[in-house]
Amino acid sequence: MSATVERRGIFAHYLRPLVTAMAAAAVLAGISALVAPPRVSAYFIQIAVIAGCNVILAVSLNLVNGFAGQFSIGHAGFMAIGAYTTAKISVAVGDKWLAPYTTAPYGTIATSLYLVGLMIIGGLVAAIAGLLVGLPSLRLRGDYLAIATLGFGEIIKVIFLNTPAVGGATGLKDIPQFTNVFLVLGAVAVTVIVIRNLMSSVHGRAILAVREDETAAEALGIDCAHYKTAAFVIGAFFAGVAGCLYAHYLQYIVPRSFDFMKSIELVLMVVLGGGTITGAIVAAIGVTLLPEGLRQVKDVFHLTTDPRMVIYAALLIGVMLLRRDAVPKALRSKRAGGGAHG
Amino acid sequence: MAETSPLLSLERCTVRFGGLTAVDSLSLQVQAGELVGLIGPNGAGKTTVFNAITGVHPVTEGTVRFDGHVISGLPPYRIANLGVARTFQNIRLFKGLTVLDNLRAAMHQDSDYGMFRAAIRSRSWQSTETAIERAASELLAMFDMGDRAEELAGGLPYGDQRRIEILRALATKPKLLLLDEPAAGMNPSETTRLMALVRRLRDDHRTTILLIEHDMRFVMGICDRVTVLNYGSEIASGLPQDIARDRAVIEAYLGEPEGNAEL
Amino acid sequence: MLQQLVNGISLGSMYALIALGYTMVYGVLKLINFAHGEVFMVGAFVGLGAMAVLHLPLVGALLLAMAAAALLGVAIERGAYRHLRNAPRLSTLITAIGVSLLLQNLGVIFLGAAPRSYPQPISSDPVSWPQDHLGVVVSLQQVAIVLATGAVLLILHLIVSRTRIGKAMRAVSEDRQAAQLMGINIDRVISFTFALGSAIAAVGGVFYGIYCRQADPLMGLMPGIKAFVAAVLGGIGSIPGAMLGGLLVGLVETGVSSVTWHITSTVTLTGSTLRDGVAFAVLILVLLVRPTGLLGRVGREKV
Repeated sequence: MSATVERRGIFAHYLRPLVTAMAAAAVLAGISALVAPPRVSAYFIQIAVIAGCNVILAVSLNLVNGFAGQFSIGHAGFMAIGAYTTAKISVAVGDKWLAPYTTAPYGTIATSLYLVGLMIIGGLVAAIAGLLVGLPSLRLRGDYLAIATLGFGEIIKVIFLNTPAVGGATGLKDIPQFTNVFLVLGAVAVTVIVIRNLMSSVHGRAILAVREDETAAEALGIDCAHYKTAAFVIGAFFAGVAGCLYAHYLQYIVPRSFDFMKSIELVLMVVLGGGTITGAIVAAIGVTLLPEGLRQVKDVFHLTTDPRMVIYAALLIGVMLLRRDAVPKALRSKRAGGGAHG
Repeated sequence: MAETSPLLSLERCTVRFGGLTAVDSLSLQVQAGELVGLIGPNGAGKTTVFNAITGVHPVTEGTVRFDGHVISGLPPYRIANLGVARTFQNIRLFKGLTVLDNLRAAMHQDSDYGMFRAAIRSRSWQSTETAIERAASELLAMFDMGDRAEELAGGLPYGDQRRIEILRALATKPKLLLLDEPAAGMNPSETTRLMALVRRLRDDHRTTILLIEHDMRFVMGICDRVTVLNYGSEIASGLPQDIARDRAVIEAYLGEPEGNAEL
Repeated sequence: MLQQLVNGISLGSMYALIALGYTMVYGVLKLINFAHGEVFMVGAFVGLGAMAVLHLPLVGALLLAMAAAALLGVAIERGAYRHLRNAPRLSTLITAIGVSLLLQNLGVIFLGAAPRSYPQPISSDPVSWPQDHLGVVVSLQQVAIVLATGAVLLILHLIVSRTRIGKAMRAVSEDRQAAQLMGINIDRVISFTFALGSAIAAVGGVFYGIYCRQADPLMGLMPGIKAFVAAVLGGIGSIPGAMLGGLLVGLVETGVSSVTWHITSTVTLTGSTLRDGVAFAVLILVLLVRPTGLLGRVGREKV
């Protein structure tokens, strides 16, 4: 079979996936055009964008917690870094720089390209943070690692709270709204594809081996430290991307949006998803829609406060008690590829 | 025999845990192509010797040399990549992964693609994956376990798990294979099969093997040479039949409730 | 400077009381009981209710709070953690976080998020001697806190070293399986540990409420984290370590607070958030430099 691959050449090897990608992009563009206002309410779009961001966050956290078996409960911190870095760039420079292009006939293309570039920047900065968090964390296990990541997340929040340049506690305002459904769907697709491909490779299996048994993995020549760090860095990258999209939709961010509660929300998604990519996607969408459903509950029970956190907490406890034999459903999957698929 | 340098050499190695000296100034050599047994009563320090060789626990004093390199002090994964593979006393398979994935996880050395290429499924990804899958299937066939490929490793019966662990160690194409009680928990017929298998590994694949075992029939049956440890130091070393008659060895084992210790 | 010492010690004593619960539970279960801060909070509220509504004296309120907290602690252990004894560590951690969030938010729903004023059975007036002779303001409350902490420590020490159950606790922290084989009833020991740790936290809660003059459902969050830092700093699993860690954290926090107070005039820094950030930074530093803490022991995995 490898002989056949050789003969096809570089062009042919990438041709089919490329054509598929372009077709998918066309479909996405079509969907986005349909979903754009005023045909669809801004409320619906907001839900879709937030859900998309949450999917990217959940899938990226799943890489760290579900596949690499680490205990990262400060993921929102990386989202914050991506959000704040890119938002600051847009507010300070981007807006003015793009001004001549936004009103032109193909303004959306210009802003979208700009945002893609910004997403990459945001992701890279977050990835650097992931490296800074991941490296020292190498010596920590289990509960201690969790506490350390929690600590990092909080410290990041405290830093932004005390940085007047990004608005401190009052937050960063007037971020241009460049995010649209197309970009979000595209980012989701890229995230899922990249992580899925990674898991079906030598490196993915190494990451799973790290989760299963580090001592045995080392005995097979797998550099566990390298892969744990890689998981953190890649996870942080995509969290940064999500942060960028988030900031450029809501147009206003405060440090409190990226606090421990947000991190717990992401952990909840990964936990509910059972440790698989598909599970994370479904859980992310479900958890995003939950507050909307809860709004009805609130009215029915005449509650004064948002019962969302109580429900999250109850869900967390419930899932853990029900699934007490294992966290990742991946452990029960029998598909080749190491149960990385749902 | 010609004066060739040994494949593995421990030079006056001592391993201490806090106040306990588990291995005491041990010198041990294994030539390429040998099948050497390491025996001794429980707590003699045999697994600690394995841990010292594979870098899981650092040697407090002394040097370990392998294939011309000094490996004492290297991290375990580097030692493994130099060609040392091992199995564990209490089986450390990747229980949540399939048998096939356990093997494939071991076969990472031949891959020449990085994570970026993996992400985009480059051609090198495709060719490497195909090669790995084929090699893994061949290994499974060698032990007649091809039909188990898609099963979860954690769900296999004990004997199969032991065999898969050996296969997984083999998948790294090692120069030196360390087997820690490979026959533990096996009945006599399984043990006989395993003996044939281990011998085949040495004869056909020219793998150097150092094994720890309590089953004397196993040790006497296949080992070229046997070293006996007690309290962390060597008390005897030589041909199996000589060891069986050695006074010091018999005394060390006296009082040991070893059902298999027919000396 | 001496003033900082006094304030630091009183604050640190309260952290120590909470830290003891963390360390004891970790000792027997190897679990970080995230919900412990909420037990502290519940203890404070029961004390508030006892004094404000039932008009009990301080001692009565303390006893009631301790009983309530002990019950809550055991309930959490029986209801949640017990079922996860053999589950992967991540599961218990997430469950603990879940319980913590549940209690916090139930508190918000039923008690309202706004802080309530706390009864002052002990006056916050300064004691005359230190003020006159050393120029240090030591309130009666601070004296009470330190005395109470001392008493708790003494009783705890007696329990752990002299009683059978105390010995059992130590055995279970050393080696759970061996203890079980020796005939020790693990379930009972663990429940007792939770009850004891929770009761002690309740004492801390009541005094914290008195000291800060208020209580709110989220009051357990930051002190809980700081007490956890204290427990880790002192060596998680070590009772003297928890005490030492608590005092250190209290002293550092008081020191940092006074420093930021001087800086605040020049830069817009919010003292409290920086304090919290410092707590985490200290935690991470400790974890990286000396994960077993100052008085803890190193564990080893057997291969």
